[in-house]
Amino acid sequence: MPYIPNTREDVRSMLDAVDCADIDELWGKTGISLPKPPLDDIPEGKSEHEVTRHLRSLAALNATNLVSFLGSGYYDHIIPAAVSDIASRSEFLTAYTPYQPEASQGTLQTIYEYQCAVCRLTGMEVSNASMYDGGTALFEAMMLAVRATRKRRAVISGAVSPIFREMIRCYGSNLDVELVEVPSGDTDSSQQALIDAVDGNTACLLVQYPNVFGTVEDWSATTAAVKGKGAVAVCSAYPIALALLTPPGKMGFDVVTGEGQSLGLPLSFGGPYLGFMATTMKLARKMPGRIVGKTTDASDREGFVLTLQTREQHIRRENATSNICTNENLCALTALAYLTCLGKSGFLKVGELCAAKAVYARNLLLAIDGVEAVGDEPFFNEFVVRLPMDAAELVGRMIDKGFAAGFPLGRYYPERGRELLVAVTEKRSKEEIKAFANAMEAAITA
Amino acid sequence: MKLIFEKGAPGRKGSSLPDLDVPAETALPENLEREEPPNLPEVSELEAVRHFTRLSRLNFGVDSHFYPLGSCTMKYNPKFHEKIASLYGFAALHPLLPQLRRGGALTQGALAVIFETERLLSFLLGFEQFTMQPLAGAHGELTGVMLIAAYHKDRGDDARKTMLIPDAAHGTNPASAAMAGFDTKIVPTDKDGNVDIEILKSLLGPDTAGIMLTCPNTLGFFDPNTKEICELVEKAGGLSYCDGANLNAIIGRIRPGDLGFDVMHVNLHKTFSTPHGGGGPGSGPVGVAGKLVPYLPVSRVAKRQDGTYALEYNHKKSIGYIAPFYGNFAVVLRAYAYMLTLGAEGLRRVGENAVLNANYVRVKLAGKYEQARDRFCTHECVLSATRQAEKGVHAIDIAKALIDKGFHPPTIYFPLIVKEALMIEPTETESKEEIDAFIDAMLEIAETAENDPDAVRNAPVTTPVSRLDETKAARHPKVSE
Repeated sequence: MPYIPNTREDVRSMLDAVDCADIDELWGKTGISLPKPPLDDIPEGKSEHEVTRHLRSLAALNATNLVSFLGSGYYDHIIPAAVSDIASRSEFLTAYTPYQPEASQGTLQTIYEYQCAVCRLTGMEVSNASMYDGGTALFEAMMLAVRATRKRRAVISGAVSPIFREMIRCYGSNLDVELVEVPSGDTDSSQQALIDAVDGNTACLLVQYPNVFGTVEDWSATTAAVKGKGAVAVCSAYPIALALLTPPGKMGFDVVTGEGQSLGLPLSFGGPYLGFMATTMKLARKMPGRIVGKTTDASDREGFVLTLQTREQHIRRENATSNICTNENLCALTALAYLTCLGKSGFLKVGELCAAKAVYARNLLLAIDGVEAVGDEPFFNEFVVRLPMDAAELVGRMIDKGFAAGFPLGRYYPERGRELLVAVTEKRSKEEIKAFANAMEAAITA
Repeated sequence: MKLIFEKGAPGRKGSSLPDLDVPAETALPENLEREEPPNLPEVSELEAVRHFTRLSRLNFGVDSHFYPLGSCTMKYNPKFHEKIASLYGFAALHPLLPQLRRGGALTQGALAVIFETERLLSFLLGFEQFTMQPLAGAHGELTGVMLIAAYHKDRGDDARKTMLIPDAAHGTNPASAAMAGFDTKIVPTDKDGNVDIEILKSLLGPDTAGIMLTCPNTLGFFDPNTKEICELVEKAGGLSYCDGANLNAIIGRIRPGDLGFDVMHVNLHKTFSTPHGGGGPGSGPVGVAGKLVPYLPVSRVAKRQDGTYALEYNHKKSIGYIAPFYGNFAVVLRAYAYMLTLGAEGLRRVGENAVLNANYVRVKLAGKYEQARDRFCTHECVLSATRQAEKGVHAIDIAKALIDKGFHPPTIYFPLIVKEALMIEPTETESKEEIDAFIDAMLEIAETAENDPDAVRNAPVTTPVSRLDETKAARHPKVSE
């Protein structure tokens, strides 16, 4: 049997040692004497070769030859080969949570370095060791604020990813926390509307940077205003944008979270991804998730341990900061390897390439008859255009032409049925962008 | 070892990127531009690779060491799973693609994997339907208890606010129950290591939402009254939740759905053999009996009459979106490959051999270490270092001495209801020779504890660092630089 090394002789001698005549007697002694269930619906085992062939054939049914301008929070970026190679070192891959620090310094130091990298990106003081994804991280940030302020009301901008808002609504459904959604409008008025929605009983304000429409805003005045009312300012950020953008920490945010998929993780049809979370030292003890700290041994050698564990569920049980147990450690390591391999200059260059190509693509699209700009706010690498037709229909036509054209906003914002959210990453060449614009023109006039 | 940030030199880089082929123009105003780029490492690709390769060698992993970490099922992870997860047809697939018009047809292979894995798990564990969405075990627990909450709410049964949790359940259960809005009540374990039925009966009532039973429990025992417990809870109007973290013990031998459980989570990364990654990513699918199907998270993958697969969103009673998409798909892929490789007979052998190996360890060590209870265990045996503690040698000292002998230690001080607990889970993938070597090491340590306790207390001495000052780390946190 694959992966089970016990031979018949091994089984015999072990059964003898535990004083059982056969496996059935062993089961009986463990208290399990129910009849064996039929497993007729489970197919017979197959060889590695056959299973691989089957899965290859399934993989081939998926279209991966589309030239993609689809983002909406999850992006198709270049991943240097060294990144996945580093993360697939089996000593990292096949270890578990570093409960025994002396046998886990490799994992622990990489988490510490990951925490440093997240702090440097976001401009914050302390990061946890990662969370499931951007949506769970934002929800956990809301709960952090609820604990820190002892208030049970949260204000969230309608320009936060609808995927994240759905998740937060779902998790919040049994918790006594009032979630107030402020519809997204144009930048200045919606920031004022957010400030107005925050009252003295509000635990936090949750916003996104850049927002779901790609728009980048200066939040400094808003964070100051809501903090003045006693609320915690939380922002979910797109990490690649932070190559160029003022870090959220400098804009006065108390907690910064985000989806880290862009940091070297393949899209993989939805996961595993990486939620990151960073905050101030003042709020560190309210933060969920594992945290690694630097310390010393008896000979004064530096080393790393899991720390501030009294927040966690295995000690605090129902009073824990969260039920979250494992993090997405391998994904955090991947992100660290990505940031290391790109390095200071490479990461900056990725940001510059994305931003410039997005401007180029937008200009070409706006030159098409009937395609209009939506707002004129600053953006990083994702923007909205209004089409002379239904955006979902156009996306269908573009798929036939070999392009994933973007995300039709009507799915989440019914009044915006003609608007298309277009993302451009450093992967798209000038030729591909031109071909995209040409195909779009043809699809619209078809 | 130096941090990666302390290595390299200004201007050095570890990757090549395409040149800018469009005008160097951005749509960002100056006031939003970062003054300094993030202070990331400046190292060559070789420096990066060598740094992480060296760090990896400071780790114990399943591939390098026997890793009997109780409750974590550190079994071998087949290598071809990694190749399958990285097939371009899966790895490059954008999760929003099937949500676009004509996109469903372009993701049939991925949707098939999700649907078929759900189906296999449903057969194997005796449930009506599974959702692959939960992203880890604790996330599966949360989903499971949210389904219970939705069920009671839907029936207008608003008084059911109490979740019963045995003290031999997993530590995350109370935190998950609290996040689903429940108050928790602890059910004690009796002298044999089972749920104390009489006390359970006294706790059941009109406020009972359900019970969260870890099966087998964290003492490594299968509770022979499990069916009766589920019936009692049902009679009281509650639902029974099976924490399936210890599924490796009973895989192929018992279907929890047959025992009367209404909902269960499974840790794919444990029983279905996907690498633990130093602490995630995991995957915690949830199976439900028919009465909970309407509440399952959306989206769901359905198979149409023509044999194609499609996403469904329109389930009015659904609890909503607990994950951004369809779960940790790359982990699900590995689990699917594992089930196909082992097949029915192979999966049955997993449980048998896991239980045999654990009892073998238990019997061989019982002379030198106290057992939590003197009884046959399932996939893991819980011993106690109380005898050694009399000499001043504690569970943690035994763990550290094992590291010096080249073994990853068992889980220690858990479950909390056993003093000086040593929770040993050998799994079915270890050879008898390796298990015997571990047993010998444990016996030697017991002997040293007797004759030279200080030698055990000073372990480990072979590691890059000896015992680290955790108090200092917590009092003066240095968590970034």
